[in-house]
Amino acid sequence: MSSESIAITGVREPSRSIGAILHTWITTVDHKRIGILYILYALVFLVIGGLEATIMRIQLLVPHNHFVSPEFFNQMFTMHGTTMIFFVAMPILFGFGNYLVPLMIGARDMAFPRLNAFSFWLSAFGGFLLYFSFIGGNGLYGAGGAPDVGWWAYAPLTSKAFSIGHSTEFWTLGLLLAGFGSIGTAINFVATILCLRCPGMTLGRMPLLAWLNLVTGAMVLFAISPLTAAQIMLCLDRFLDAHFFDTQAGGSAVLWMHFFWIFGHPEVYILVIPAFAFISEIVPVFSRKPIFGYPVMVAATVGIGFVSFSVWAHHMFTIGMNSYANTFFTISTMVVGIPTGIKIFNWLGTMWGGKLIFKAPLLFCIGFLFQFLIAGLTGIMLGAAPFNWQLNNSYFVVAHFHYVIVGGILFAIFGAFYYWFPKMSGHLYNEKLAKLHFWLFLIGFHLTFDFMHIPGILGMPRRIYTYEPGRGWEIWNVIVTIGVFFQIVGTIVFVANLLYSIFRGAPAGNDPWDAWTLEWSTTSPPPDYNFASVPVVNSRRPLWDIKHPEDPDWRYE
Amino acid sequence: MPQGAMLVSTAVTSSAPLESQWVRPYKGHVGMLCLIAAESSIFTIFVVAYLYYIGKSLSGPTPREVLELPIFATVCLLSSSLTIHLAVAGLRKANYNAFRLWWFLTFALGSIFLIATGHEWHHLIYDKGLTISTNLFGTTYYSLVGLHAFHVTVGLIGLLTILFLALFHRVEQEHSKNVDTFAMYWHFVDVVWVVVFTVVYIVGR
Repeated sequence: MSSESIAITGVREPSRSIGAILHTWITTVDHKRIGILYILYALVFLVIGGLEATIMRIQLLVPHNHFVSPEFFNQMFTMHGTTMIFFVAMPILFGFGNYLVPLMIGARDMAFPRLNAFSFWLSAFGGFLLYFSFIGGNGLYGAGGAPDVGWWAYAPLTSKAFSIGHSTEFWTLGLLLAGFGSIGTAINFVATILCLRCPGMTLGRMPLLAWLNLVTGAMVLFAISPLTAAQIMLCLDRFLDAHFFDTQAGGSAVLWMHFFWIFGHPEVYILVIPAFAFISEIVPVFSRKPIFGYPVMVAATVGIGFVSFSVWAHHMFTIGMNSYANTFFTISTMVVGIPTGIKIFNWLGTMWGGKLIFKAPLLFCIGFLFQFLIAGLTGIMLGAAPFNWQLNNSYFVVAHFHYVIVGGILFAIFGAFYYWFPKMSGHLYNEKLAKLHFWLFLIGFHLTFDFMHIPGILGMPRRIYTYEPGRGWEIWNVIVTIGVFFQIVGTIVFVANLLYSIFRGAPAGNDPWDAWTLEWSTTSPPPDYNFASVPVVNSRRPLWDIKHPEDPDWRYE
Repeated sequence: MPQGAMLVSTAVTSSAPLESQWVRPYKGHVGMLCLIAAESSIFTIFVVAYLYYIGKSLSGPTPREVLELPIFATVCLLSSSLTIHLAVAGLRKANYNAFRLWWFLTFALGSIFLIATGHEWHHLIYDKGLTISTNLFGTTYYSLVGLHAFHVTVGLIGLLTILFLALFHRVEQEHSKNVDTFAMYWHFVDVVWVVVFTVVYIVGR
């Protein structure tokens, strides 16, 4: 094992003004900085989207509440959904992907660094445009404000008759821009992973995180584009009086639903596959075992990618499709559970017999495993058409997909934060605060989303502004709202821990977890050039080979 | 933290013999193929909408009344695929005159196609009274053909840029891969026109 660095001679970092530092961040094309920009941007919107959720939960705390107006409530659920999907989940996952993929495959940067920066700023501008609607949505009509059509924006709610003012335009243009940004980033991911791997890193030796981001990138290309097309059509309807979704002129509202969900369902997997990627990196390191069933994991991911494009209409059972469509989409929904189940077994197989280290990253992974399993089971329930007719658009559905997105994806993201924070910042986080964050968030999550299933089964529809007393919903709504405050406190602990650790945390060193992938071979934080010499790998765990020259992995692969 | 300590990283090198040669695909081609994949999805949605709305307009004019087959424009656009192929082939052999000639012809043929589309639209709007808001046919026709025309326009801007660079002798043999990447986009625009032509002028009429 040798140590090396590139000595930067003659360049002494001058003390720079805030303006100069901002300038370097705004003009940067470095994948690590863009990754961090994505993550910070997403964290800001996470706080905003969380506040919107809190406002809704306070409104639903008791029957006949008037904490906010009905119009504002509609804006809140629309903005909450749109923000959390497009401006929190996607950018935060793109951020981690941007930061980690080149490091893990031994590359200097992404394939197209300027396209990378362009994509980030497009997405960022999309978010600003969406939120500018709070000021500019009124237009000349004196009505509107923020979008209030729900995050699906079903026709005819988006028609001029029902959505006066410019709120829908802000919604559609904001998402259009963010969509172009996502496509640019996806192109970058695929090109980077296929073309910039360091010598020896064959596809069969890539870290699973790179593999899963490759699949995600390919899915973005085929899933975001239909949304982009549908948004262009909606723009034409709104700005040029076209008739795509105008039922008065023979247009079809159902066509929008199909176009939206052709995007909408693969989108779930676009979000969850990078979360799978985090789990697949963290679980082996904290179990001190290589991942169980690497080729099967890759195959299952590719399988999910394909099948997820044939399940979209399980969001539409209640619109009245024929029995063949209902049967097809029920079966395909059941099928997607198979590769997902394989993955869960593989993670359990990795942990089985391992020497588990119960630090924050692993705790969040274990939370993920349990919660994602339950989310998958309620998903199978909702995927059965007859069950779906009973409970669609109830709080049962809301509880189900929050189990996926919060209990699954967000837990994985928190785990990833703790796992890679030492690499990104060069400092260790505070383990006690991290565990406090885990338990607070776990309790809050289960209070909120376990008990949200029950009013759904009792018939409480989603998106209602308020409700009558005496339907048996009151106690459940109180518990759900109490859980939100646990989650808020947990998140404050999380942010405080990160801020404290950036300035006061102990130095992390190159490899605080005794891990095996390439990003841990360079310094924390990595230098601009990532690797002083181009790495050469011979197995899936190059750092293991270096640490154990007597028993390297490549003898067995 | 001392700056020196942060700059030390572990070199990951190999003592075992590496496979003879390390070959990876060219990133320009992969990136362009990804863009084409995304664009194909966008066009697919517009084509699906077009097919779905055939015959569903509540008022006239209908496609059979107003549309005529744009044979000449189609021949021009499709032959431009051949000329751009010959241009890239010339560049690979460092035959710069052939490159410039075929490249200019590609640009000219693409421009003729765009002008023909403009003529068709002018005829439809001013003589036949068909606009994007007239009926569902107008909505789907102008958006699908317009989306394609937009891609032709972007392609023409690219063609013109490279043409100027070539006229100032800034395009060399070593750039043939980059130029080839752009040619992939132009071939894609041509293939899309085959689909649009079939859907709009044959199936939909």
